[in-house]
Amino acid sequence: MATATKKKLVQWDPADVKAQLLEKYPAKVARKRAKQIMINEALSNTTPEISANVRTIPGIITMRGCTYAGCKGVIMGPTRDIVNLVHGPIGCSFYAWLTRRNQTDAGPDGENYMNYCFSTDMQDSDIIFGGEKKLTAAIQEAYDLFHPRSIAIFATCPVGLIGDDIHTVAKRMKEKFGDCNVYAFSCEGYKGVSQSAGHHIANNQVFRHIVGENDVPKEGKYKINLLGEYNIGGDGFEIDRIFKKCGITNIATFSGNSTYDQFASAHQADLNAVMCHRSINYVADMLETKYGIPWIKVNFIGANATAKSLRKIAQYFGDQELIDRVEEVIAEEMPAVEAAQAEVRPRTEGKTAMMFVGGSRAHHYQELFNEMGMKTISAGYEFAHRDDYEGRQVIPTLEVDADSRNIEEIHVEPDSTRFRPRKSEAEMKKLEKDGYQFKQYDGLIPDMEKNTLVIDDLNQYEAEKLVELMKPDIFCAGIKEKFSIQKLGVPMKQLHSYDSGGPYAGFKGAVNFYQEIDRLVNSKVWRYMKAPWQENPQLSASYQWE
Amino acid sequence: MRKVAIYGKGGIGKSTTTQNTVAGLVEMGRKVMVVGCDPKADSTRLLLGGLAQKSVLDTLREEGEDVELDNIRKAGYGGTWCVESGGPEPGVGCAGRGIITSINMLESLGAYEESEGLDYAFYDVLGDVVCGGFAMPIRDGKAEEIYIVCSGEMMAMYAANNISKGIMKFAQSGAVRLGGLICNSRNVDNEKEMIQEFAKKLGTQMIYFVPRDNDVQRAEINRQTVIEWKPEATQADQYRGLAKAIDENKMFVVPTPLAIEELEKLLMDYGLMN
Repeated sequence: MATATKKKLVQWDPADVKAQLLEKYPAKVARKRAKQIMINEALSNTTPEISANVRTIPGIITMRGCTYAGCKGVIMGPTRDIVNLVHGPIGCSFYAWLTRRNQTDAGPDGENYMNYCFSTDMQDSDIIFGGEKKLTAAIQEAYDLFHPRSIAIFATCPVGLIGDDIHTVAKRMKEKFGDCNVYAFSCEGYKGVSQSAGHHIANNQVFRHIVGENDVPKEGKYKINLLGEYNIGGDGFEIDRIFKKCGITNIATFSGNSTYDQFASAHQADLNAVMCHRSINYVADMLETKYGIPWIKVNFIGANATAKSLRKIAQYFGDQELIDRVEEVIAEEMPAVEAAQAEVRPRTEGKTAMMFVGGSRAHHYQELFNEMGMKTISAGYEFAHRDDYEGRQVIPTLEVDADSRNIEEIHVEPDSTRFRPRKSEAEMKKLEKDGYQFKQYDGLIPDMEKNTLVIDDLNQYEAEKLVELMKPDIFCAGIKEKFSIQKLGVPMKQLHSYDSGGPYAGFKGAVNFYQEIDRLVNSKVWRYMKAPWQENPQLSASYQWE
Repeated sequence: MRKVAIYGKGGIGKSTTTQNTVAGLVEMGRKVMVVGCDPKADSTRLLLGGLAQKSVLDTLREEGEDVELDNIRKAGYGGTWCVESGGPEPGVGCAGRGIITSINMLESLGAYEESEGLDYAFYDVLGDVVCGGFAMPIRDGKAEEIYIVCSGEMMAMYAANNISKGIMKFAQSGAVRLGGLICNSRNVDNEKEMIQEFAKKLGTQMIYFVPRDNDVQRAEINRQTVIEWKPEATQADQYRGLAKAIDENKMFVVPTPLAIEELEKLLMDYGLMN
């Protein structure tokens, strides 16, 4: 096929691509963007610096979301039995309602409020006279109807502007009810440079108001928490299936398919396994400081990464029984994965991908593409910070600016009665000596090949330009980019909500992913992008006088 | 119809000056509507003989959208129409948004229609221009002439200068102009000369110097304007003078606000003159 061969022949020079991305910008904008577009030099000892978590330049159509989206949508959205009450105009509530494909099971008690949309539906008069009374009434109404264990209140932009004191309202209602934990999030959309600020705000309040509330002992030999897994398309179900098979008890997932009680008991785990570093590392750090639970970075996206993460968990507990069981499970699961891999590889080998999503996903999914023989030629995050690109060693050098100062940092101290180091200092030292890494994340850059492009906060214009210049076989981002990319004749896979697919985590998820990507990159539909009359005239004629 | 807004520092006497001046205009046979843009809803007290007015926002809250013009305006001294936009209790909600809503409501109910036969609409606006809502009367041509009430006190002049900045901003995109400074005397040294000079630097005029007189206070206690309470008082004549000056005013400018150093120098020059 002529077009396919032509496509394969496309050669590009990263410096040239970068120059062309910046070409049309005014000088000042180009200067700023240049710091966020990095040609990966894959240096072995040091990673080059990228500018991240800075305000999007006005006028640029960013892929980012708002602080409220990060707090309500991402972190608290997947919880099943907490009534998530949005204090604001109805649009803010509606568009945060079931738009992310966080799945949940019904639970033994049937308490599942995820399919409800709770909102104070603020009107003009509530803005003028203040919305506290209406909020109080809404909390009461939700309580009377459902008697939930917990009600979470989310501030939208106008609430911050008119200064409704949502925290006092929450406190008063909590005292009044006695059997329902009520707390609020000051997560007004404008608070930070992206949804990342909302994650931080959510982490703070979850830790302050929920974690540690339940001391009823949780049974389990190998107790862990899974942090930063949101059960999109059932990812969390697959990971839980594997944990169960291995005999690992997952006390709490933050926050896919989670319940209030899971969060409240999270301090009873013996290890925190962090998936999405960006959205939840704050809770991991606080759990360590207050309760003495160490944390490690894991990744269950990709079959090899899953196996590696399971081994890492087993090594931590150091129990031969668990180590053996994990090996058995991997041995059992891998043949199906390898068979699926072998089946698609002849068709996917050598194809290229681009990923601009999340604060971890653009990194994690490279595992799956690698397993298919596909190369990621450009990737970046929407809302990550420098440590997600370059590794946690840069954290002490991160600049504090007006935006990051705007988000509360809560100070945590060891719990007077419940702080219990899970391993002795000698045990920790021994693990570290054997190459075991706690609290370590090396970021995306070291895992990307030389001369690939790492781009922070990509925008609509640059996305189209990149596709035009580098012609990837698949582009992965979110719903906002879905159709503009497909119009360029390149298949687009949503990695926020997985279109209608998933799960893609764990072993079964990997198989799903191989098949889905094979289907997308080998579809013949893209060659019909041009209508026949755009290629050749269907009818020709000449003027009479010619 | 001339659309006039009165601004100035909080407590400078905007409401008192507005109502007394309106009384003067009424005597001259003018038909006037006064719109109070202050959540305290006390801008029409003297014209109505007390705080009997129900605000636009209260009415809106109780009656819903189904509001008639007669629900929200009341006839006061000499046939003036009195409206209070009202607003939230101190410390809650958004008073600025309330003013936007109530002015829009007045418009949609036809309070400004030709058929109402108004010569003047006066907006009496709370304090400094604190947010977009309080600038509403000078946006979108709701008010076209602004008078700033001030005195020779530093903070009053500072506020006047700030308000001028707001006017300059909106003048660039609309029809609003500064009509002059009304000096509501606080018996400061060289007050008249200083405000005249200040006005000149702003590119405008001191349209009137209202001397301090306890009759104003006495009339207020009686819930009346000076003109109504004691028509023969000298202070009543002062307000008649101010009303006449406004009625005959032809000087409408885009102000040129002063830099803070310039303003302070002015105070030094006049304050230390003796």
